Amino acid sequence: MASDIICRFENITKSFVGAVALKGVNFDVRKGEIHAIVGENGAGKSTLMNILSGVYHPDEGQIHFDGAPVRLRDPRHAQHIGIAMIHQELSLCRSMSVAENVYQGRMLKNALGFIDRKRMAVECRKYLSALGVEYIDPYTLVKHLSVSQMQLVEIAKAVSLKARLLMMDEPTSSLTTTEIAVLLKIMRSLKNEGVSILFITHKLEEVLEVADRITVLRDGHYIDTQDTKDTNIDRLVSLMVGRDFERKANRQFYHDYTGREVVLEVENLCVENRVKDASFKLYKGEVLGLTGLVGAGRTELLQGIFGMNRVTSGTVKVRGRAATIRHPADAIKLGIGMVPEGRKEQGMFLKLSVLDNMTMVHLRELANRLTLINKRKRENVANEYVGQLAIKTPSLAQISQNLSGGNQQKTIIARWLMHEPLILFLDEPTHGIDVGAKMEIYRLIDNLSQNGVSIILISSELPEVLNLCDRIMVMHHGEIRGTLSHDEADQVKIMRLTLEEKSRTA
Amino acid sequence: MNLGTARRGPVRVFLARSEVSVLIALLVLCAAMSFASPYFLTFRNIVNVLRQFSLIAILAVGEGLIIITAGIDLSVGSLVGLTACFGALAARSGASPLVTLIAILGLGAIVGMANGLLVTKVRIAPFIATLGMMSIARGFSLLMTHGVPIHYDNTWVSVVGGGHVGIVPVSVIVMVLIVAGGFIFANNTTLGRNVYAVGNNEKAATLSGIRVDRTKLMVFTLTGILAGVCGLILMGQLEGSDPFYGNGYELDVIAAAVIGGISLAGGEGSLLGVIVGAGLMGVLKNAFVLLAVPGYWQTVSVGVVIIGAVSIDSLRSRRKS
Repeated sequence: MASDIICRFENITKSFVGAVALKGVNFDVRKGEIHAIVGENGAGKSTLMNILSGVYHPDEGQIHFDGAPVRLRDPRHAQHIGIAMIHQELSLCRSMSVAENVYQGRMLKNALGFIDRKRMAVECRKYLSALGVEYIDPYTLVKHLSVSQMQLVEIAKAVSLKARLLMMDEPTSSLTTTEIAVLLKIMRSLKNEGVSILFITHKLEEVLEVADRITVLRDGHYIDTQDTKDTNIDRLVSLMVGRDFERKANRQFYHDYTGREVVLEVENLCVENRVKDASFKLYKGEVLGLTGLVGAGRTELLQGIFGMNRVTSGTVKVRGRAATIRHPADAIKLGIGMVPEGRKEQGMFLKLSVLDNMTMVHLRELANRLTLINKRKRENVANEYVGQLAIKTPSLAQISQNLSGGNQQKTIIARWLMHEPLILFLDEPTHGIDVGAKMEIYRLIDNLSQNGVSIILISSELPEVLNLCDRIMVMHHGEIRGTLSHDEADQVKIMRLTLEEKSRTA
Repeated sequence: MNLGTARRGPVRVFLARSEVSVLIALLVLCAAMSFASPYFLTFRNIVNVLRQFSLIAILAVGEGLIIITAGIDLSVGSLVGLTACFGALAARSGASPLVTLIAILGLGAIVGMANGLLVTKVRIAPFIATLGMMSIARGFSLLMTHGVPIHYDNTWVSVVGGGHVGIVPVSVIVMVLIVAGGFIFANNTTLGRNVYAVGNNEKAATLSGIRVDRTKLMVFTLTGILAGVCGLILMGQLEGSDPFYGNGYELDVIAAAVIGGISLAGGEGSLLGVIVGAGLMGVLKNAFVLLAVPGYWQTVSVGVVIIGAVSIDSLRSRRKS
């Protein structure tokens, strides 16, 4: 076997009750390379990572690590031979210090057998400064760190364990642009020190920026491994989906706004410490993009209008009439809908059925005056939307946490569509869902706006905003910095609007 | 991993529901008892079991709803005692039966609502708020009765506790109505589904236009009223009230909910399970009496059943994932 290979998957097959997750997967990871695994949800990426970190055992096939076949007993064993995994949901103890977390399970002791905090802090500081993040104090409790800092602590822990293969599951999904830049830099420097990195992500732009090679999985099958320099997004996507990818909008954009009805007019809206004097208009049937860095106040603005965050001053008019919105229930009565960011945190009722999840908003309309629900009407309307949005579920009674991310998102969208909103807020609607579902959501946005629904779309993915929106509004530090029409908008102009006043280094 | 999307037949779906294992345990116990004791399946004994477990079942409807919202109510037992004593005192001081009835249910509602306000407005954890209320309610029962039982002259208000329709006790009829009503409420009304939504994800519930605080206030108030109903039944049974009525009921009720498969984390479980859980404990207690096993074993067995039921549940769900 070639000596530059750290890890090789040979014919890995794994099935769960009733479903094959991986089928005969073969590929290798080289020493000191950044290797991305891409694929739609359910393609088998996470299963593969779990096998390599010792959580699952393959039904068939063999893993070779550093030239020798290994049979990983459990995550500890994997860690011991130099394979470290950084999970999407970080696995740090929140109430312990950074140093204690780095030395979790193997804390340094002094001569008396007590824990030697000082020596741990000193050692820990070395690892942190090797990553260029010496500003993280080893004594800080993890719960006081930001998500990105926690991730860096996880990486420091992996480095301290002398990991030679580092696996990362969606490492950038909850980071801001600046934080992503830092993380990608650290990934490159680890690579230069000979550590191999295997990572899963949905963000193909990132993959192309940082990975050396890219492996595509689809439906549990290995499709191909490509050199980054010889490939591009469209090519990768068609490999992932198995067909061609379109992300262009399929409608005429508005150029002339004279005589159009203003459905929502916001004036000098301030939302508790997060949004300052926001004023804008939303026209009937348009898609208004709302972009900016994470933390710019986009979500707070929409949730303020929606009655979720406390508005300190300013006015909101819906269809020309002043509106008092103190609770989302008021906003819903006025015909506003909200697909929030963070499906699991703000969107789904994970332990309830698909039926419950879909009808939670429209329920009052399906009940009589005694609040008794008309069961047949409820199931009919739910079935209609399962069909219309092509939601993949065995039945309406299915518990929703068993659905894939894309289907969960479609369930939430259905929750609002059946209530026939006049205005729909979509907050990062394609975050963390697979490419196929993304395309469906793009098509849906087109259709809705053609049917006269006005949409505000928050997205951190600029191509999405640029392709789908009639106008694009840019926010930064709680202020609306400007609005661009579809034709004039491009990435550079958006970034310039963001950074105009105070130039910052990203 | 999306394992759950694998298709399963209706029978397996039914068997996978957590309350089913308790139901099976209950049926097995009943079958065994019908062989072990000739009295078990007599009409009289069945009515007796139903009457004994009716109080727990009524309270379990409210407690179940509170637990589904991810809350808990420790004050139900004390509140049963408080409302019973208050009612008996009212009746003795010459209040009309109707006023007595309103006083009992009203007091239950007020105390329940106070719990709800502490949880939603003052934002105290339900465990703490109702722990305090448990002590306050018991203390007032003792204060107002000076620690001794209160007797009063029989009026129609005691029919709920002591009366019969034919040979069926009124309390059993009340229990059946409340359980059926609770079941319909939880499953087939918008307010009931809101309870589940709140227990699952408060943020998502708010964003769906559900008034989370009102929903919680409603279930706490409802539970207070149900405690009042239990107080009414107890004061009618012996034409008097003891300040220690309802002592320890909160634990029996929570045990019934847990045995019935309701997760204390909230958001899931069915009231059917809670009732079956209460039934299992009721039949178990009856079994010990009929088989003349020393009463102390009852206490042991309740603990064994709680741990056993939850263990089975936990082992099953681990196998599923």
